[in-house]
Amino acid sequence: MTEIERHETTPGEQVFRVFNILFFVVFTLICVYPFYYLIINSVSANNLSAEGLINWLPKHIHFENYVQVLGLSGIGTAALVSLGRTVIGTGLTVIASAFLGYMFTREDLWHRQFWYRFVIITMYFNAGMIPMFITMKNLGLTNTFWVYVLPAIVAPFNIILVKTYIESLPKSLEEAAALDGATTLQTFIHIILPSCTPILATVAIFSAVGQWNSFQDTLLYITDDKLYSLQYLLYQYINQASSLANMVRNGGGVSAVASVAQSQTPTSIRMTVSVVVVLPILFIYPMFQRYFTKGIMLGAVKG
Amino acid sequence: MDNVTVNPDVAAEQKRRHQQHEKAKAKQGRKMWLLIAPFLVLVVAFSYYPLFGWIYAFFDYEPPIPLHQSEFVGLQWFKMMIQNSTQVHQLVQVLANTFAMSLLNIATSFLPVLFAIGLNEIRNKHFRNTIQTLTTLPNFISWVLVYSIAFAMFSSSGMVNELLQNLHWIAEPIKFLDSDAHTWLKMLLWSTWKGLGWGSIIYLASITGIDPELYEAGRVDGASKLQLIRYITIPELLPTYFVMLMLSVSNFLNNGMDQYFVFQNAFNQTHIQVLDLYVYNVGMGNNSLSYATAISMLKSLVSVVLLWIVNVVSKKTRGSSII
Repeated sequence: MTEIERHETTPGEQVFRVFNILFFVVFTLICVYPFYYLIINSVSANNLSAEGLINWLPKHIHFENYVQVLGLSGIGTAALVSLGRTVIGTGLTVIASAFLGYMFTREDLWHRQFWYRFVIITMYFNAGMIPMFITMKNLGLTNTFWVYVLPAIVAPFNIILVKTYIESLPKSLEEAAALDGATTLQTFIHIILPSCTPILATVAIFSAVGQWNSFQDTLLYITDDKLYSLQYLLYQYINQASSLANMVRNGGGVSAVASVAQSQTPTSIRMTVSVVVVLPILFIYPMFQRYFTKGIMLGAVKG
Repeated sequence: MDNVTVNPDVAAEQKRRHQQHEKAKAKQGRKMWLLIAPFLVLVVAFSYYPLFGWIYAFFDYEPPIPLHQSEFVGLQWFKMMIQNSTQVHQLVQVLANTFAMSLLNIATSFLPVLFAIGLNEIRNKHFRNTIQTLTTLPNFISWVLVYSIAFAMFSSSGMVNELLQNLHWIAEPIKFLDSDAHTWLKMLLWSTWKGLGWGSIIYLASITGIDPELYEAGRVDGASKLQLIRYITIPELLPTYFVMLMLSVSNFLNNGMDQYFVFQNAFNQTHIQVLDLYVYNVGMGNNSLSYATAISMLKSLVSVVLLWIVNVVSKKTRGSSII
């Protein structure tokens, strides 16, 4: 088969093949290099990285930046907030999606169709940013941890995914459980949950990435710096660094820079925090890629 | 053997039991509803209740003065959008930005298709999978991190400027970020960098699903590689492409805010403010909550109309709705 194809390859096709591979190699490098750049700069000598001299290989490797940055009180708190919202938020939305997805397959649920539509239709409208802000204020959720978690618990799209999945499972186990006199909750916990793990893994991974990356909710609802997420803190660091850099360029406040970052340069802080923020994604993504891929396929089928 | 003859008593008994069963079932159904009720409360609180916030568009609401003490101003904010010439000018610019970014994204929506076709032509499976994994990675980082990367690479002291200066190709750093030149194009490039690999996954899966016999038949007829792509792969991918295209049309006004917010600065504000960002800047930045609500209300209405139109078009042309 491949032999025949090779015979049939025309010169034009060979040129295409070379350029095709070249394009993908270059584009892949463009996708990967920025991450590599951040990492090598965060472990190289700070004076070199501040001057932009670390482009290909790290020089004078040290991990002082990580020790210093993780020691900053703001970062530790923000890391806890980000970790907390990712774990609690993901856990709750997985449970809610599984439970609601299951309940909406139960034909004896009171006015099942109505309530299902009542939940799903919320996918297609939203009140907008300012009404949401006023709502959170009225509900007393601004400047609380729960503003990160509560609005994300019921996710219509996840419910559709789980419901479709459960409907594709054989009914026999559920019926057997019902004959044994199992209650709704018992059936859910002992029969449905274990058989839904593949789809729940997909839901969990998407929701975890969403929670970890979320930025807008901190911006809108949080002014208490103890509740800042890592993403928001990173944004602040970048902007501070840029204003510091501007001051240096205008020849003004060299001393101001020195007092803010004596051993640490603005560059080193930015790079190190960026790596701390991106590292979990870099580790998790390749491991769970098949779940991500499955997620988009299921979404497309429904879409 | 007792049940061979059906006597009237048994029939009545069965009917009674059936009714009892129905009643028990209805009761069970309501009990089950009670179990999902807490979640319904969340849906009401975070999806339906906020809609009442639209009422603020008809008041002169200035926190901390509560709504019931605020002045009812009717359509004042809506009139302001079209009466005050500076406001009109600003709004037109914002709409132009919104339309431009959406149109650019729609105009380049065929790129993931080409990406998938090209990637599929690479024979080595491991090489192909590696490329797929690495090019989808940027999709899973936040826009803040994209901005952090942009800053590290393209700020005045960033990697690109340092490199060009060290090579003596340029004397002064190029202002990639702190300028308003080609803002729309730059935003398009960043969203392409972030989303191209991921956007192609759905087409890669569709290509895998194409019947191999089609290609066999094409080869027998002496079709070249390019002809196979042109006459088999692309037509087979079109249905998926149209679904994705219509989804993006229905999201025409929803550019989201994160990308434009993080890249926004004093220099590029004129051309980066899309509707969502404008609503944020007016509402949270200038503290004009009522006016911002009026704008976002119009936006929501137009979005729903767009979704409806796209759905009707989809039903007419493909026979199935997208929602």
